Amino acid sequence: MSRRAFLRFLLCILWLSTMAAAQNGGELRFCLRAEPKTFDPQRVDDDSSLTIRYLTGGVLARVNRQTQALEPELAVSWKISKDSRQITFKLRHGVSFSDGSPFSAEDVAYTMNRLMEPELHSSTGDAFRSGNSKVETRILAPDKVVVRFPNAIIGLDRLFDQVAIISSRASNKEFAVLGPFMIAEHKAGSRVLLKRNPNYWKKDAQGRQLPYLDSIRLDIQANRDVEVLRFRRGELDLINSIDTEYYDRLAASSPEVVHDAGPSLDTEFLWFNQVGNAPIPAHKRAWFRSANFRRAVSAAINRDDLSRVVYHGHAQSAIGPVSPANKFWFNSKLKPEPYRPGIAVERLQKEGFRLQNGVLHDKDGNIVEFSIVTNAGNKSRERMAVLIQEDLGRIGIKVNVVTLDFPSLIERIAQKFNYEAAILGFQNVDLDPLGQMNIWLSSAEDHAWNPQQKVPETAWEAEMDRLMRLQASVSDPKKRKAAFDRVQEIVAEQAPFIYLINKNALSAVSTSVEGASPVILHPQTYWNAERLTVHSTAQARQ
Amino acid sequence: MNAARTLACVVLLLVCVVSFAAEWIAPSGYARQFRESPSSPPSRQHWLGTDEIGRDRFARVLYGTRISLLLAPAAALISTLLAAFVGGLAGYLGGIWLRLASGFTDLFLSLPWLFLLITVRALLPLNVSPLVSVLITFLILGLLGWAASARVLATSAQTLRSSDFVLQARAAGVRGFRVFLVHVLPNLKPVLYAQFWISIPVFILSEANLGILGLGVAEPLPSWGSLLREMEGMMSFRDEPWRLVPLLLLIVVMTSFQTLLSNESEEVAA
Repeated sequence: MSRRAFLRFLLCILWLSTMAAAQNGGELRFCLRAEPKTFDPQRVDDDSSLTIRYLTGGVLARVNRQTQALEPELAVSWKISKDSRQITFKLRHGVSFSDGSPFSAEDVAYTMNRLMEPELHSSTGDAFRSGNSKVETRILAPDKVVVRFPNAIIGLDRLFDQVAIISSRASNKEFAVLGPFMIAEHKAGSRVLLKRNPNYWKKDAQGRQLPYLDSIRLDIQANRDVEVLRFRRGELDLINSIDTEYYDRLAASSPEVVHDAGPSLDTEFLWFNQVGNAPIPAHKRAWFRSANFRRAVSAAINRDDLSRVVYHGHAQSAIGPVSPANKFWFNSKLKPEPYRPGIAVERLQKEGFRLQNGVLHDKDGNIVEFSIVTNAGNKSRERMAVLIQEDLGRIGIKVNVVTLDFPSLIERIAQKFNYEAAILGFQNVDLDPLGQMNIWLSSAEDHAWNPQQKVPETAWEAEMDRLMRLQASVSDPKKRKAAFDRVQEIVAEQAPFIYLINKNALSAVSTSVEGASPVILHPQTYWNAERLTVHSTAQARQ
Repeated sequence: MNAARTLACVVLLLVCVVSFAAEWIAPSGYARQFRESPSSPPSRQHWLGTDEIGRDRFARVLYGTRISLLLAPAAALISTLLAAFVGGLAGYLGGIWLRLASGFTDLFLSLPWLFLLITVRALLPLNVSPLVSVLITFLILGLLGWAASARVLATSAQTLRSSDFVLQARAAGVRGFRVFLVHVLPNLKPVLYAQFWISIPVFILSEANLGILGLGVAEPLPSWGSLLREMEGMMSFRDEPWRLVPLLLLIVVMTSFQTLLSNESEEVAA
């Protein structure tokens, strides 16, 4: 073979290998923290099943996790009626399920009818329940379908982000999907293997078929230490949500793999028990029902220290029920309560409290002492409680920190109301305040400080009820925003929840993964899974 | 006393003396937060560095050791006394009493003690100071930890019941509970001592288990359990070896106890 022929041969090999690499997106590997409870997209109620649904399910419209805007997917357009009771979808043409059967309006109608079946007990379906009558679906054309609800549903279109369309014809519905991946293998307790859906409808800007990845291997691994160790050894490509400590340790050795997407929607907060018949002393109930007392406690907490010491700077002082990360609904006029122990003492003095030898007494001479409960095993909350214990000690308040196992804690705070103050958090997945109705309505079960009130016990709670109902009944986003902004202001004035911090969305993504752009919304790292690629050479190198 | 036992005694004595002199030795209080230097490595100011919220780890090890070493024997005393009462008396009385006590002991031993501890602790009042909480924790351990010792004591008391000196006492007209108090109980002393010493490390480890679950001694009081929790998530022993000190101390103290106990048992057997 001449030298020229040999060079041609080499170039040819190089070109072929490049082409092969371009078509081979590799295998993405990460962990599920528990066995998925179901592969039925309509029965999903746990994180692991949610992950499978996100990766395999095709939806009519999808909230873009980066821009937070709703974007068309299987529906090219939709129209909501003025009374917010009806939505008409125009569907995409030429789409097929993974089993090759065509997608049509019949599948949408079938999906909605099944979703609303009471026997299914679907939490996804619950979001659409607006009255006792049935949800009606009408097929206007093979590519046009109308869904009509008994009563108005505000924010209707965004709810379809959670509705994976299922095939009306397929016998094994969990394996006929419209999403980028399909379930190929499930070994109970070990792993779930997803393979590329060969019939996926989406293509990239260059006309290449999506998804790029060949497969996704989801290992079931509850132990986070093991998960991090496996990631370090290169056996995993990403960790979707990672604790501060692990984040810092990974950052110390490989800063290029860790990502801090900024404040998430999750909030941590403290609240006092204001339940009228709670088994706590009357004088303590009187303190807890005083807005000045609650706001004094709020001003005495050094949130910057909570963020810096407990979360190593990967958190932001919380302002209210809505994280600044929620671009539309956050009330930007509000600011976090600054650390001002002097102001805290002034607020307490207004209520007749006085300091004697460094110990705070109320107007009747009772020593101000209360307990803060939180769930055992959550180190961040335990540490926050200890920092708050010290902060409040500086203004003469004695705090006893108590950690309880979670079932006992829930029993105390939600059933027996046998507690004084508690620290817990909300994991918000819903951007819309409709998802918070169960918290702010005074009659709601999750109105933690004083739940299930027959009539609102305070004027500000009555006002919050009115505003929450208003924002849930009008379709004009501006009016809804104005109402919910005022709710946030009332929360800041009355401090029924003393908001502490918003945790940052932390994740780890191997350098072998290309196209990852972690965001704050779930699923933080693989929200664009269809556009990710994994380089096997880098995988091996790591 | 052999060399190993002497060494164990010296180690235990040293640990006790140092931990009880914490006020003078520790550079700061166990609860003081140096928030500007959380998780710092050992330095001249903090010999074992600081914990995650900036508290001096050396001070916390000293105070935690003191709490565990002081209260574990107290819990052991409670459980041994209970065991002596239930097991010893049942063994002495025999018959239906022994069967009842054996059944009750077996039932108690079959309970999942960790869940029982968690449940009992969850039922207690919340608003108690850390000091009271630590007393409660060890009191619960003592009240729930008597069953195994009771079984041993019942067997020993049963043997003593038919011994010559008890028969002689009865023949001399000593009756009822007085026989148990004056003649049986004093002769159970070696077994009681052994059970007491065996229980101490068990209770230290039980508290450590509870502490690791976050259900032990209340903050800000330290204990070996809460100190061992710091090791959660350690990825390498080389990164921060000073965090292993509480574990090493626990191992040293437990080994010393076991060395002492094994020698004690050998002497009793002899």
